[in-house]
Amino acid sequence: MNKIVLGVIAILALIFGVSACNGYNKMVTLDQDVQQQWGQVQNVYQRRADLIPNLVNTVKGYANFEKETLTQVIEARSKATAVNVDASKLTPETFQKFQQAQDGLGSALSRLMVVVEKYPDLKANQNFLELQAQLEGTENRIATERNRFNELTGSYNKKVKSFPSNLFAGMFGFAEKPYFQAQAGSEKAPTVQF
Amino acid sequence: MNFLTIYFLAMNKLKLFLSSLFLLLATILFGQDIPKVPNPMRLVNDYTQTLTIEQKDQLERKLVAYNDSTSNQIAVVIIPSLNGYEIADYATRLGHEWGVGQKDKRNGVVLLVSIGDRKVFIAVGYGLEGALPDAYAKRITSTIIKPEFKAGNYFKGIDDGTDAIMKFASGEYKVDKDDVVSKKKGKGSGSWVFFVVLGFIIIFSLFRKRSYQQIGNRGSGSSLPFWLLMSMMGNSGRNSGGGDWGDFSGGGGDFGGFGGGDFGGGGAGDSW
Repeated sequence: MNKIVLGVIAILALIFGVSACNGYNKMVTLDQDVQQQWGQVQNVYQRRADLIPNLVNTVKGYANFEKETLTQVIEARSKATAVNVDASKLTPETFQKFQQAQDGLGSALSRLMVVVEKYPDLKANQNFLELQAQLEGTENRIATERNRFNELTGSYNKKVKSFPSNLFAGMFGFAEKPYFQAQAGSEKAPTVQF
Repeated sequence: MNFLTIYFLAMNKLKLFLSSLFLLLATILFGQDIPKVPNPMRLVNDYTQTLTIEQKDQLERKLVAYNDSTSNQIAVVIIPSLNGYEIADYATRLGHEWGVGQKDKRNGVVLLVSIGDRKVFIAVGYGLEGALPDAYAKRITSTIIKPEFKAGNYFKGIDDGTDAIMKFASGEYKVDKDDVVSKKKGKGSGSWVFFVVLGFIIIFSLFRKRSYQQIGNRGSGSSLPFWLLMSMMGNSGRNSGGGDWGDFSGGGGDFGGFGGGDFGGGGAGDSW
């Protein structure tokens, strides 16, 4: 009788161990996917930041271009590049700081693009047109990589929060990861004034 | 008065709820807005009948030959409408979902034309972003494709546009053994299945033959059924090429299929 009980316990322990291993490995894979994608996200944001000095120089050449808008862009850029979040330290707080800084730069840039509409010679400048194309492409890349980051984070979070892997997640320290949110105020289209 | 404010508040809440519901629905339905991977796979996909069959074949042959020589895959997709989506987002998702380009090189390009929105976009795969930067893609759409489209010359615009893309993207990659190129070289797994089935048929028919002999109503010496002999003879000519099933894919080139390339949102477009 005792032997049977021991056998059952051994089998249960084995099942637990195997599923813990499986769950752990799966979570490690998903975690790595998210971290890798985070690298991609930072890459494309960096790409945008790298474009700005060129853009500012091109625009600055145009007489009496509004200094204030340019200064705002430069300031927002330095704020954005100052916030770097390591992939293994993606806590909601650091994540929010990162997103805030980048969104600040994004809106400063879109204000700049609205102001540019008032300068027809600038809009005809080949150099500026190419920079504009690059900037648009970079914004598209940011949207794509953010999207994929959210998708990967979604499958990671699902795994971490669902049964039975949630039991092991707490044990091995797999915390839920934050998502990118739509920019506050982005549901309102920018007003263009002529 | 008080009632009115409550009413307006409730309406606002309702609007918010409805718009968020709509957004959710839109994201769920989005997958269905992008056309499924064409079967058989082709590089030129016109869902609008804008191009004639000859024009499509001509483009297809050109792009398949380019795929064979450089392993770069350029897919041309013409759709009636974007259904309200950003063309950049649409083109990137389509390229990602179809897997245009080789998997390891990620060297695909999608030239998307939406007739209804009068918009065109060149989405560039990760691996070709160096050879075909956004500024070049912009230049191709604005200075080569747009003027032709404006004049109604859709074929000329696409033909010249793809020529320009090919010029920029050439030299970036070379064909490797494991690239998906023309079907002539690769033995499809389909031929393997075919031979197994053929083997079964032969064994089966041998058993049948025995039972025929027992009954004794089969005079002539043919050991195989007539139809099987015919199909084997018909096949013997084709088998020399190593089981080429590409014949069934229809006119145009014999495109080997998309390689699983990936897109990161690169590229540029214009509207006409």
